[in-house]
Amino acid sequence: MKYLSALAATIFALAIWQAIVSLTGLPKFILPGPALVAETWWQNRWLIAEHTWITAIEVVIGLAFGTILGVITALQLANSRAARVLVQPMLVFTQALPVFALAPLLTLWLGYGLWSKVAMAVLIIYFPITSSFFDGLMRTPSGYLDLARTMQASPRAVLWHIRIPAALPSLASGMRLAAVYAPIGAVIGEWVGSSQGLGYLMLLANGRAKTDLMFAAMLTLGVFSIVLHMIIRRATARMAGEMR
Amino acid sequence: MTPAPDLIVKGKASIDGATLFAPLTLTLGAGQWTCLLGGSGVGKTTVLRLIAGLNTGAVFTGEIMASDGQPVTERVAYMAQDDLLLPWATVAQNVSLGARLRGEKPDLARRDRLIERMRLQEHLGKKPSELSGGQRQRVALARTLMEDRPIVLLDEPFSALDARTRADMQDLAAEALQGRTVLLVTHDPGEAARLGQSITVMTQHGLTPCNPPHAPAPRHVDDLETLATQGALLRMLREGAA
Repeated sequence: MKYLSALAATIFALAIWQAIVSLTGLPKFILPGPALVAETWWQNRWLIAEHTWITAIEVVIGLAFGTILGVITALQLANSRAARVLVQPMLVFTQALPVFALAPLLTLWLGYGLWSKVAMAVLIIYFPITSSFFDGLMRTPSGYLDLARTMQASPRAVLWHIRIPAALPSLASGMRLAAVYAPIGAVIGEWVGSSQGLGYLMLLANGRAKTDLMFAAMLTLGVFSIVLHMIIRRATARMAGEMR
Repeated sequence: MTPAPDLIVKGKASIDGATLFAPLTLTLGAGQWTCLLGGSGVGKTTVLRLIAGLNTGAVFTGEIMASDGQPVTERVAYMAQDDLLLPWATVAQNVSLGARLRGEKPDLARRDRLIERMRLQEHLGKKPSELSGGQRQRVALARTLMEDRPIVLLDEPFSALDARTRADMQDLAAEALQGRTVLLVTHDPGEAARLGQSITVMTQHGLTPCNPPHAPAPRHVDDLETLATQGALLRMLREGAA
C-alpha cells in the first residue's frame, strides 16, 4: 500500500510535468519533458554514476564526522553548565549565518577537493545532531533520576546507563534529519568550487544549456537523498524504538 | 542490611512562601508498615520525597532522623506509582540496576532468587513493554528488594493496577517487605486499612493517627473490621477536606 501510493504520487507528478511541457510548448532547453530527461539520464548513466559516487563519498564522510562531533558536543553540553553558558549561544549564532556565505571560505581554507565539501556537510548537520541529542539528554524522565538517586548512582553511571539510552531516540531523529541535509551541504560545496560531483555536473550542464542533463543530475540527487534517508531510518530504527 | 530503625520526620514545609504543611511530627515504627493516607495536594508525597532525599520543590524546615542515629537517605529503597523500569533493559537488568549504577558487581544468584520469588522467571530476558502492568510492578518490587535496604518508601505503587492485581501485589509486598521500616503513601483508604500496622491520615489540618484493625497485615479484603476501618478512614478524609 505504501509503495503503491508512492508510485501513484510519482506518476501523478510526471503527468503534471508532461502536461505543462505539452500545453505551454516551452523549448526543451527551458523545460525538458520527463521522457527526454529519462533518455538523457540513460545515455549519460555512467557519467552521472561517476559524479554521484563522488557526492556520496562526501556525504557519507560528512555524516560520520558530523554525527561524531555532534554527539561529543551534546555530551559536553549536557555534562557541564559552563559549556552550556559559553558554547550554546555560539552554536545558535553559527546557525544564523548563511551556509552559502561560508562555502567560498571553506574552499579557500581546505582547497578544491573532497574536504571542503565534507566540511560543508558537517557544518550543515552538526547543529541538528547536537541539538536533538542534547535535548534528549536534558529531558530524561525525572522518575528515572529519582530512582538512580536513591540508589546512590554516580553522575557518570547515570549518564551512561540512563541518560544516554533515554536520549537515543532523539539522536535518531537528529540523524534522520541529517541524512536529508548532508547532501544539500555537499552540493553547495560543489557549486562554489569543484571539478566533480553531482553539484558540479548540474552547474556544468546548466552553463551549456543542457537543461535535460541538469534535470537528470538533480533528480538523481533527489533519489540519492531519499535512499540515504531510508538507510539511516532503517539503521536507527532500533535506537528510536528503544523508548517505547 | 542494618536493622530497621524508627524514623522521625519533624518539621514544616512551604512552596514559594505558601504553607504546604504546618509543623507536624510523623513517626515510622521500626520494622513496621506505616500508611500515610491523604488526598491529592496535601503534601504526603513531599514527606516521602524528603525522607528519600529527593527534590520536592518545597522548602522544608525541620529534621528527619533515624532512631539509631545513622544517616537516612542512603538506607532507603524507593518504589513509585510509575514502575520506572528502563524500557531498553531486560527484566533481569532492571532488577539489578542498583548495582550497575553504583559500579558494583550484582549478586546474580540473589537476583535470580528474587525474580523467582516474584514468579518472573519466564520473563527474565523480556523487555518491560512485553509485560502486563502487574508483572511490571512485580519487577519493580524485585528491584526494590534487590537493594536490600532497611527503609522502604512506597509512593502509591499499586494505584494504577486493576483491583484484583492490586490486592495480589499488596499481599506480595506485605510479605516480601516484612521486618523493614516501610512508609506507604496512598490515597486509597482500603489499601491503608489492609496494610497499615500504623495508619495516619494527612489533611490540610495536619496528621490524625487512626487505629489499625486488630488482624495482622495484610488483612483479608473482606475482613469486617478492615472494611469498617476503611469506611472510617474515608469519612476522615472527607471531613478533613471540608
